[in-house]
Formats: sequence, C-alpha cells, structure tokens
Amino acid sequence: MTSDHAVEAVADHHAADIDRHVRIYITVFVALMVLTIVTVAVSRFHLPVPIAVSVALLVAIIKGSLVACYFMHLISEKRLIYAVLTLTVIFFAVLLALPVLSYHDGFWMR
Amino acid sequence: MEIPYTVTTRRDTGLNNGKIGIWLFLASEVMLFGALFASYILIRTGAQTWPRGDTVLNVPLATVNTIVLISSSVTMVMAWASLMRHRFETFRIYMGITILCGLAFLVIKFFEYSHHFEEGLYPRSDNFHAIYFTLTGLHGLHVIFGMAVNAWLWGPGSKLWKTNPVWFTNRVENSGLFWHFVDLVWIFLFPTLYLL
Repeated sequence: MTSDHAVEAVADHHAADIDRHVRIYITVFVALMVLTIVTVAVSRFHLPVPIAVSVALLVAIIKGSLVACYFMHLISEKRLIYAVLTLTVIFFAVLLALPVLSYHDGFWMR
Repeated sequence: MEIPYTVTTRRDTGLNNGKIGIWLFLASEVMLFGALFASYILIRTGAQTWPRGDTVLNVPLATVNTIVLISSSVTMVMAWASLMRHRFETFRIYMGITILCGLAFLVIKFFEYSHHFEEGLYPRSDNFHAIYFTLTGLHGLHVIFGMAVNAWLWGPGSKLWKTNPVWFTNRVENSGLFWHFVDLVWIFLFPTLYLL
C-alpha cells in the first residue's frame, strides 16, 4: 500500500467513525424529544408533590446525562476531565444538601 | 508569543489547553447555577404556600423553547461533526441554524417576560417571581453569550479554518460544550420552574 493509499484508508475510517457519531446524535435527539413529551405529559396527572418531583427530576437526569455523555462527549473523555467533574459533583451535592438539611427545623442551631 | 497546546495535546493530560479551560469554566458554572438551585429549594421549602409553575407560567411556550434548545444542541454538534468531515459549508449551515434557534429561544422568552410585565409581575412581586426571573434571566444571558461566540465562529472567526483547521475545529468544539451546558441547565430549569 502506498502512503497516499494509507492516508485515504485512514480518512475513510475516520469518516465512517464520524458517520457513526452522527447516527448516535440523531438517536439521542429523538430520545430527548420523547422524554420532553413524557415530562409534560406526567405533569398533567397532578401527582402528589413528592412523586411529581421524583419523576420530573429522574427524567431531567436521564435527559441531562444523554446531553453530557453524547453531545459533550463525556462517554469517551480523558481522566483529567472526569477528575474535575467528580470534584464538581461532590461540591454541587454539598451545596444542594445544605438547604435540605435546613428543612429540619433548627438543624444549624444544634 | 504563541499560545501553547491549542492544536497539539499535552503529553501529561492528553488534552489541549482550550478543552481543559472550558471544562474548568463549566465546573464554575455548575456551582453558580447550583447556588441558585439551592436558594430555590431553601425559599420553596420555607414558604407557607408556593404556586404550581403551570398555574402562573406558560407551559406550551416553555415546551416549545425546550424543543428549540434541544434542536440547537443537535445542530451544534452536527456543525462540529461537519468540520471533522472537512465540510465547511455544511458547518456554516448547521451553525447558522444553531444561532437562529438561540434567537428563537430569546424571542419566545421575550414574549413570556412581556406577558408577566403586562400583568404587573416583576422580580419584586413575590418569591416565586424573584427566583423565576433570576434563574431564567441568568440562563438567558448565557444564551446571548453563547450566540455571540457562535456568531463570531460563523462569521469573522471562521477565517481560521483556512490557515489552521484543527485549531478552528477545537474552538467550535469548546463553544459547543458551552452551548450544550446551556441546554443542560434548561433541561433542569423547565420542570423545576414550569411543571412542579
């Protein structure tokens, strides 16, 4: 195989890889649309607040994960990015936990 | 002096500096919106009464906006994929659609805000509207900023494609990461404010 042929072969392989990615993007797009309809449809049932919050957050987490994993390519990212995001998730969880703890009256006064 | 590692990847991280930079910035953005979500939880759980979002906000308009923003995320990633396939003209079409979707989102938001103002509802009116305007307003500013960067990459910034296509592709990818983050924030804002 000449060097020109080798370059073409690599380019073809690369193009096929991008085509595969594009098919995944379209699949994710359809999934996001369906989940958006599900979110709105579920809200019409006027479920009790704890259940409604749980369902809405679960669907939002699934949608967010799809965007992060596939559109933001987190499914195949380098370790440093995962390390940065792990720290971020920990601090984010602490941040959200603070008001939840305050829900128990007088928690911070003890 | 030339900026290092804009095209080549660092041996120690396997990443170019632009990508590390945008992810660190997005980490700070997560904390910014996290603080506001925490405030929302604090205010809502502490309130004696709280209106359901769908009784005071326009859910059909917000649903359309959700669809618009998700669509723009897809066209953004397709714009990047077009550059990876060395199809510059296709990139411009997808990037153009992304910018137009951002504009459509803002126009719909403008109508929503106008309706609230006509009814005399402002951030000072009550806790619900204070947190609603703060969260959606900050998100709207992010949409404007993302559109500005995307418009620059679509227009004058695209000259870089001729001289350094890899660097330009990296810039589009980083701008895309920001845009997807804006979409991701909306995915959580929509049910939190409008449906619960």
